[in-house]
Amino acid sequence: MKQTIFTIQENKQLTTTTWRMKLSGDTSDIKSAGQFVNIKLDGYFLRRPISVCDLEGDILTIIYKVLGQGTEEMTQFSIGKKLDVLTGLGNGYDLSLSGERPVLIGGGVGIPPLYLAAKKLIADGKKVTAVLGYNASDEIYYVDEFKDLGCEVIVATLDGSVGKKGFVTDALKELKGEDCGYTYFYTCGPEPMLKAVYNVTKTSGQLSFEERMGCGFGVCMGCSCKTVSGYKRICKEGPVLKKEELLW
Amino acid sequence: MADTKVRLCGIEIDNPIIPASGTFGYGYEMAEYYDINCLGTFSFKGTTKDPRFGNETPRIAECPAGMLNSVGLQNPGVDKVVSEELPKLATVFDKKVMANVSGFSIDEYVHVCERLDKVDQVGWLEVNISCPNVHGGGMSFGTNPRQASSVVTEVKKVTTKPVIIKLTPNVTDITSIALACEEAGADGISLINTLLGMRIDIKTGKPVLANIMGGLSGPAIFPVALRMVYQVAKAVNVPVIGMGGVSSAEDVIEMMMAGATAVGVGAVNLVNPFASRDIVNNLPLVMEKYGIENLNSIIGMSQEGIQYG
Repeated sequence: MKQTIFTIQENKQLTTTTWRMKLSGDTSDIKSAGQFVNIKLDGYFLRRPISVCDLEGDILTIIYKVLGQGTEEMTQFSIGKKLDVLTGLGNGYDLSLSGERPVLIGGGVGIPPLYLAAKKLIADGKKVTAVLGYNASDEIYYVDEFKDLGCEVIVATLDGSVGKKGFVTDALKELKGEDCGYTYFYTCGPEPMLKAVYNVTKTSGQLSFEERMGCGFGVCMGCSCKTVSGYKRICKEGPVLKKEELLW
Repeated sequence: MADTKVRLCGIEIDNPIIPASGTFGYGYEMAEYYDINCLGTFSFKGTTKDPRFGNETPRIAECPAGMLNSVGLQNPGVDKVVSEELPKLATVFDKKVMANVSGFSIDEYVHVCERLDKVDQVGWLEVNISCPNVHGGGMSFGTNPRQASSVVTEVKKVTTKPVIIKLTPNVTDITSIALACEEAGADGISLINTLLGMRIDIKTGKPVLANIMGGLSGPAIFPVALRMVYQVAKAVNVPVIGMGGVSSAEDVIEMMMAGATAVGVGAVNLVNPFASRDIVNNLPLVMEKYGIENLNSIIGMSQEGIQYG
């Protein structure tokens, strides 16, 4: 973990509720896709934990959804504003287990950490499929960005306005090929989606969880969960847990 | 050179800064980020007889200038604390640590204190009496002078280490509890634990915390804590550790002027992991600014010449 001051380079609206922020600063402590940063906002006591979407040199990209007053206020931040950020938090995805054809399954604001995972997997020569789920067409973002990386992208919308109608798990069933069409999965999204993915996937995989956090670096025990190997902190041993660790 | 040393129940500490229980793990977690030997000491995570997972999540809710927690005393149990956590701490911390003890019955307090009494690393036992008494209708030990007093009496029988009783502020008259503890033999009093509160998510109409209610901490509670430290320090003769929303070296000075001999630093550690170190570093500078050469000279100075009604 490092505490660093970052400078906002971009704060751009992607959809009605989703924004992308690019920040420049010391990113040296960010080691893997799936890790998160914890951002201090003036006037709010607790920091805002947000997953790392992309990393290019000293530029950190995050994507955030407006969920409360803090994130609402973030949409008003101007380029040049300085933010106090804790970086390098949590355990990210272990990409060494992906096999040759991993599938990335993201739902809504759970999609961003999969972008950096996709980038690294493709750089490693893997054939990557991204199944991206949204509620409706006006919430869609980053489909082209995943395609530009070289991923095969399957979109699912709950209202059927774009792509497959239904959940990411409905789209997942479309995957064809030898075996089940993928060698391993990486996922992030709301917990009911994670549970559904856990139940339908035919391979092993890793799931990234969300929880209300106090500190974000492992001392307050605010975000604990039970696993087959004892109690884990979502912020420290997580947010990524392996399928085999879960008690579902 | 400003002198920051104070004596806490017979043990001299380099400075009065004590990260509060529950905000500092078992210390070694924080030692990843800085050398924790700069602290006076710290109070480790509340420890019970058996391992506890604690309450369901969400356990955390944000508040204006503070937070609620309903962690529910998650800890690995005293045996593992002694066999695993404290040896890990010993590799990064050379000083005596304050052991925070919780229990849901007098027997449990006695068991945990007896176990920790044998550990050389432990300098003080800080006994948290805010927990509900499972044999006493679920009321917290700390809300009743008689029950508080019996915890002290029984614990004192099994340890020679100083026993500091940590009081809950969720009572009508905190000084009566403090006096009962002192009379039963407590070597010190620490206060305040968190104030009971709740939040509701207006999108769903449901409480934010799975446990419905939780303890409020952070700068929001500082004036309440300061007032109670003032009242208790005036009433008792044993040392008082003041805590509740302390976030700066100035807050430390204020707590000591109210009557605290040492000062706990809690919630701010969670939002600024370096907060306790920074307070230790700033303390001599703030002392110099206000012309304070020795911290002992300011303990309780706000009490002097004031008739408190």
